[in-house]
Amino acid sequence: MRAGFPKCRVLLAEMLLLLALGCNRQPANIAAAFPASDEVAGWSRTSGIRTYEAADLWKYIDGEAEKYLSAGVQRASTADYKFQNNLEAVVDIYAMSKADGATKLFDSEPAADAKSVDLGDAARLFRQSLLFRKGSQLVRIVAYQDSPGAPEALLALGRGVAQRLPK
Amino acid sequence: MNKSEVTSRREFLRIVVAGAAVFGASGKLESAEAAESAKSRVVVARDPKLRGATDAVDSQRMLKLLDQSMQSLFDVDHPSGPWKKLVRPGDKVGLKVNALGGRALSSNLQLVEAVCERLQQAGIKAQDIVIWDRDTEELERAGFHISMGGSRVQCFGTDQAGYEDDLVTYGSVGSRLSKILTRNCNVLINVPVLKDHDGAGVSMALKNMYGVIHNPNKYHPNGCNPYIADVNMLPEIQTKMRLSICDATTATYEGGPGYKPQYSWKNNGLVVSCDPVALDYVGWQVIERKRAEKGLKTLQADKRAPLYIATAADAQHRLGTNDPKKISLIEI
Repeated sequence: MRAGFPKCRVLLAEMLLLLALGCNRQPANIAAAFPASDEVAGWSRTSGIRTYEAADLWKYIDGEAEKYLSAGVQRASTADYKFQNNLEAVVDIYAMSKADGATKLFDSEPAADAKSVDLGDAARLFRQSLLFRKGSQLVRIVAYQDSPGAPEALLALGRGVAQRLPK
Repeated sequence: MNKSEVTSRREFLRIVVAGAAVFGASGKLESAEAAESAKSRVVVARDPKLRGATDAVDSQRMLKLLDQSMQSLFDVDHPSGPWKKLVRPGDKVGLKVNALGGRALSSNLQLVEAVCERLQQAGIKAQDIVIWDRDTEELERAGFHISMGGSRVQCFGTDQAGYEDDLVTYGSVGSRLSKILTRNCNVLINVPVLKDHDGAGVSMALKNMYGVIHNPNKYHPNGCNPYIADVNMLPEIQTKMRLSICDATTATYEGGPGYKPQYSWKNNGLVVSCDPVALDYVGWQVIERKRAEKGLKTLQADKRAPLYIATAADAQHRLGTNDPKKISLIEI
């Protein structure tokens, strides 16, 4: 009977650990979700990854930070990309405390003339930008130029990011 | 230029109103003219051909658009005329740009270059002009060429110069001011961008002054009201700001203040005024028209009407007017 006790203790410890993780989930390492140069065909990363903790998010997105804070943002990371030397884009990944927060932000933006695409849990593709959510992450990719091939290129980069995001 | 030579907005208004009273005695025509000149002038200028075949703004056309705007605002014939009224040789002029929106939605580079050109023609030395915002890296990312020291136009952020140690206060606001404002310029030209703003409703001339203080993040509750008006009451801001040239080449009507191309449009224009309240009021209407065109709710219906504009015009602030009857709108 006593021989089974350590196993129970291990199980109990594992359960407590899982419970603790569930209650206080740390944001995933979203920096790992930014594809390196040429990991997505044609795309190069042209900057380092800049990360803003929730309390400093206003330094990046000014007053818009309030909306993200109320939706439970934990941190945001951003990096610049270039596609075949003719399209520049910025990728922003917002790590929320819960998937609900990502959904709330996603739903708050007018769909306008967006095309719905199969990416993450929900996605909208515009002529010059892509917005999608996956789990507790919200991803925005914005191109600076308006070119005919931009939507397709943005979607490819988006797929590269989505693959690297935790489920 | 010493302080007595500086004509603030309020002093200017007082002189005009006093003048209007004198002229009023000599006839109705003069009275009508005086009443008109007592209004805050706001110029809304557009050039549909501002951009060439590419997305980039054409420098020459921008210079022309700026000249037309300024000449209309000051009612003068020559392009150098307005600048000579605004500044004197020896002045140190700060151009407070807005670089938060990245390259696509920051104060237009060609516009800033055009302003620098006209300032130098008015006798301001290149090294006495400083293009600035909160952060040097942000300026660089927006496309500005960073320059500190030497004989060229200066360009850097408050992160390089620092903030004053002492708090300055007005109403609900207590902040430390950028040393660029307090030590590097005696004249402030405000160069904001025409934007929708998630918190304030809109962001133009008055909101751009959040980039002058160390703690703007404290002042976003309640639609930034009364904080925006209170920040603009801080004496260093109020006495130095002489002109606002709002970049409306690319503007946003939703999802601001960040750049979201799906809610932005190439407006190819400028909104210019010496009255930042009147400018914000007029710019707000521009955004509302675009929202209506796109089938979006008004900002009021979206529960984010820019209430700070009325606060800035109220009896406690008197930073300008939001009364359309007291605004002379000039569209070119």
